[in-house]
Amino acid sequence: MQITKEIVQYVAELSRIKLSEQDAENMQNDLGAIVNYMEILNQLETDSVEPLSHIFNITNVMREDEVKESYDRAEILKNAPERTDETVVVPKTVE
Amino acid sequence: MEWELVMGLEVHVELATKTKIFCSCTTEFGGAPNTHCCPVCTGMPGTLPVLNKKVLEYAVKAGLALNCDITRYNKFDRKNYFYPDLPKAYQISQLYLPFAQNGAVEITTRSGKTKTIRIHEIHMEEDAGKLIHSAYGDATFPDYNRCGVPLIEIVSEPDFRSAEEVVAYLAKLKSTFEYLGISDCKMQEGSMRADVNLSVRPKGSDEFGTRTEMKNINSFKAIERVIAYESARQIEAIEKGEKVVQETRRWDDNKGKTFAMRSKENAQDYRYFPEPDIPPISISDETIKDYTDSMPEFSEAKVIRYGEQFGIAKADAEIIAGSKYLAKLFEETVAICNNPKEVRYWIMTQIMYFMNERGVLPENIKLDPKKFAQFIEIVAADRINKQTGKQVFEEMFFADADFDVEKYIKDNGLEQVDDSDAIREAVAAVFAANPATVEQYKNGQTKVVGFFVGQVMKQMSGKAKPDTVNKIVGEELAKI
Repeated sequence: MQITKEIVQYVAELSRIKLSEQDAENMQNDLGAIVNYMEILNQLETDSVEPLSHIFNITNVMREDEVKESYDRAEILKNAPERTDETVVVPKTVE
Repeated sequence: MEWELVMGLEVHVELATKTKIFCSCTTEFGGAPNTHCCPVCTGMPGTLPVLNKKVLEYAVKAGLALNCDITRYNKFDRKNYFYPDLPKAYQISQLYLPFAQNGAVEITTRSGKTKTIRIHEIHMEEDAGKLIHSAYGDATFPDYNRCGVPLIEIVSEPDFRSAEEVVAYLAKLKSTFEYLGISDCKMQEGSMRADVNLSVRPKGSDEFGTRTEMKNINSFKAIERVIAYESARQIEAIEKGEKVVQETRRWDDNKGKTFAMRSKENAQDYRYFPEPDIPPISISDETIKDYTDSMPEFSEAKVIRYGEQFGIAKADAEIIAGSKYLAKLFEETVAICNNPKEVRYWIMTQIMYFMNERGVLPENIKLDPKKFAQFIEIVAADRINKQTGKQVFEEMFFADADFDVEKYIKDNGLEQVDDSDAIREAVAAVFAANPATVEQYKNGQTKVVGFFVGQVMKQMSGKAKPDTVNKIVGEELAKI
């Protein structure tokens, strides 16, 4: 699969990331190299292999429905670049 | 041309677990913003979500109640989207192997039509946060308390042909989940929300038209309005020779219209992949058997039983059994007073009136069955008449727990008077006060009897027994 400039721009858009021309070009090369590396897998015959849903052969890892104390709000918010005492602040999502 | 509506529903239901789906934060509604949060539900790097056992139990029970095949080996997938209501930038959901598939529910519409609605699938997922937008200025404030609250999404086949069917289906889901005790399905609090996929086609056609999707509609009334508006919009467009565009449209409840969203908002490319943090789920035969054996009695079974055991008409039984809370009140009250007909009467008249006219919700009814039964015994013994009964019932219905029916009747002197002498005195007084009407009666105008009865009842402050009053008025008129 060929990673084109358009694919890089599209993925950046979905991720709401702004890329400079240079970034996009670097990203195109890096992503292309990764995808090409994965191409090795296509040499294998996998028609009769079940798709893997998890790398460990375990199921049903669950917890009881018991309430534990939530975190202190200030602690939860402290890494946000912009915040009030109650919430993080993001650019308005409606017009 | 005659048009037919074709609709499919996606219904999100919040499960009534104590904790969130992947962390131990409380799911309690409300609370100060961002106080029910931890590193897992706010998507901090390096945290590990762990599935809540109860979520799986509730979900599987819902699947069984809706006659689905339970996917014995199911798993979660990651749905990627970047939006501030979901701090992880992905939602853990189920795409490839949803836990329940191929179900069916039987619905009965208001006009009495029954129909089977097929369920395509049900999957488990996490809810997103709530966005609060600044009234002025360029800012949105996300509240992540709801982020990670467990949801099931029930995806129907496109089997709906009218708003009436949609409403009946939602009522059926609500009733079923209430009986299972897995969700309170409060549309006004957002614990049940519906997305409607709607298209129109010429009646008789087998092909589907182009559909639009209206998301997050949160009341029965709004759903009916959305369907009426959007189907009319599509039909008008087609009749004008325009094309319906496949898109998600936003419903504005105040304006009563749907609006196309900006194309960017519409861009959907979720790039699903298997969720690496949650190991797959396997559900055993014993689990299925346990849950199947522990299913409660649902509305259809109750409707039949109410008919056979209590002689309650189907239409009434459907309303009472349609709500777990009304059914509980009915059954518990009947168990005490053994007078199903009279209990039915007060539920179907007064309680329905409070629900329809005063917005009382069945889940909020606090009337104690013991008191209700006591009231029924008083009415059945003819100690108060129906009219006074309405007044007493209303007082009792809205009163606090310490309301005393007997005391209220006594304090307000509401007990019926069956004292013939007192009634005869009242009749004499009424005749004396209305000589002209007495004259009319003498001239053969027998319809004035009703007037006399009314006046006597009034004179007795409504407490006289209507039967006795009728009888005595008749006797006294015969004498003049």
